[in-house]
Amino acid sequence: MSDNSKKTFIVREIREQFPALRQQVYGKNLIYFDNGATSQKPQLVLDAINKFYSKENANIHRGVHFMSQKATTEYEESRKRIQRFINARKSDEVIFTKGTTDGINLVANSFGELLKTGDEIIISAMEHHSNIVPWQMLCMRKGLTLRVAPINERGELLMETFEQMLTKKTKLVAITHISNTLGTINPIKEIVSKAHAVGAKVLVDGAQSIQHLKIDVKALDCDFYVFSSHKVFGPTGIGVLYGKESLLDAMPPYQGGGDMISKVTFERTTYNELPFKFEAGTPHVAGGICLGKAFEYLESIDFDAAEKHERSLAKYAEDILDTFEGLRIIGEAKDKTSVVSFAFKNIHPFDIGTLLDKQGIAVRTGHHCTQPLMDFYKISGTVRASFAFYNTIQEIDTFVEALEKSLNMLK
Amino acid sequence: MEIIKQREEEIVAEFELFDNWMEKYEYIIELGKELPLLPESEKSDELLIEGCQSRVWLKTSGDYRLIEFHASADAIITKGIIALLIRLVNKIQPQDLVTYDFAVVHKIGLEEHLSPTRSNGLNGMIKRLKNEALKQLKA
Repeated sequence: MSDNSKKTFIVREIREQFPALRQQVYGKNLIYFDNGATSQKPQLVLDAINKFYSKENANIHRGVHFMSQKATTEYEESRKRIQRFINARKSDEVIFTKGTTDGINLVANSFGELLKTGDEIIISAMEHHSNIVPWQMLCMRKGLTLRVAPINERGELLMETFEQMLTKKTKLVAITHISNTLGTINPIKEIVSKAHAVGAKVLVDGAQSIQHLKIDVKALDCDFYVFSSHKVFGPTGIGVLYGKESLLDAMPPYQGGGDMISKVTFERTTYNELPFKFEAGTPHVAGGICLGKAFEYLESIDFDAAEKHERSLAKYAEDILDTFEGLRIIGEAKDKTSVVSFAFKNIHPFDIGTLLDKQGIAVRTGHHCTQPLMDFYKISGTVRASFAFYNTIQEIDTFVEALEKSLNMLK
Repeated sequence: MEIIKQREEEIVAEFELFDNWMEKYEYIIELGKELPLLPESEKSDELLIEGCQSRVWLKTSGDYRLIEFHASADAIITKGIIALLIRLVNKIQPQDLVTYDFAVVHKIGLEEHLSPTRSNGLNGMIKRLKNEALKQLKA
């Protein structure tokens, strides 16, 4: 369903918008396959960062002067653009945070305040440490129980077991939309409907999905959806927590400070309305505005074609890697995004990553902040190539040659 | 200190022969393969220098006059790097090791391994080597 107003998806043209891709490292053309860690930035975002600090820099929400009002307008326009992009009902439901981790901690601390001893939280076995540790800390603090929904060898959630774990005690399911290590796409709609059936709320960790899938929080019906700007072609240091208005209204503030108040006396403080109640202190103004620009960029390209291209890259890479002796693909879910994790029996991922790096190829190696998942697969780590729509088949061919060369050296 | 400086010069001269990064790493990998392994039974947590990406075990023997090291690692490149460090500081006076600045790391272009993002524990290895030397001096 290509939108006619959008340009036809041509990778070469897309790449021209990303200056970071046009450079050499160690005398080789850079091949950037670490998009799961962070994405490169399009010119539109880079220009906006430069423009903001050159001409528009001001504090927002409180100045009477021209620049402050202009910056405030742009910041709030960005919020509205994000609201439209993820199809939230109101822009008040879009809370700016520092990133995914910050968003999860906000919910753990604020929504978590409403939970009582004996309540249960369910996470999955494929969670990133950021969607494990805040819940462990909350459980310790409030006497809650953390339960872990298991996965199968392919890296898919065991839905039947998950369903059995849901009880009236379950107050929250915190689950990743896409596994950063495996690429598995979890069936969020189904998870949400099953969780809601027992009265539990659902937080979706969208760090790896916002850049790959068209997100519609209304259709998903999730209660919270969190993501980081830097993984979706925007600046670092900013992210978003989407939350249903009724829930956010019922939750106590997370941090206290300027901007989040309505009136302060030494005796008593009343809090500001949404979204400001959760945005204490001067926010990352440039980040918020430029994240809006990242979405403006995404709106300008054929997102469906981009996603299709990403998946074809992963399929192409997997088909070749499958022919390597001793190579094991980690994460073989039926529904999967453009992440290819692999491991060799007797070769350490660090060795491969180091040698690929010297050949100009950026991949991630290690446990990817999912140590329990590594324990499940009984491996110390993987090599992960994660593709974005600006990557090419030719780059994968070069990567495969470089991998062969590395393996020969390590034999 | 003479002896470390002499070994350092030898290593720097060897690395100058390499034209590119891949040759350099080929050599480090060879060193890693040649490193006599610690038997599995000796790889205790006490000897472990935990890095984010790769694990290194370092065993020390000797006394305040002469210190000796044996090591192993789970990644070959890391093994090569610890082999290089051991070649530099093995069987020397602990006092010399304590005051040595490990300038060799920069001279042969391995400083990237010192950065916290690399986290393969080169920093940790150097710190541990020096600590072991200090322990011998205090013993």
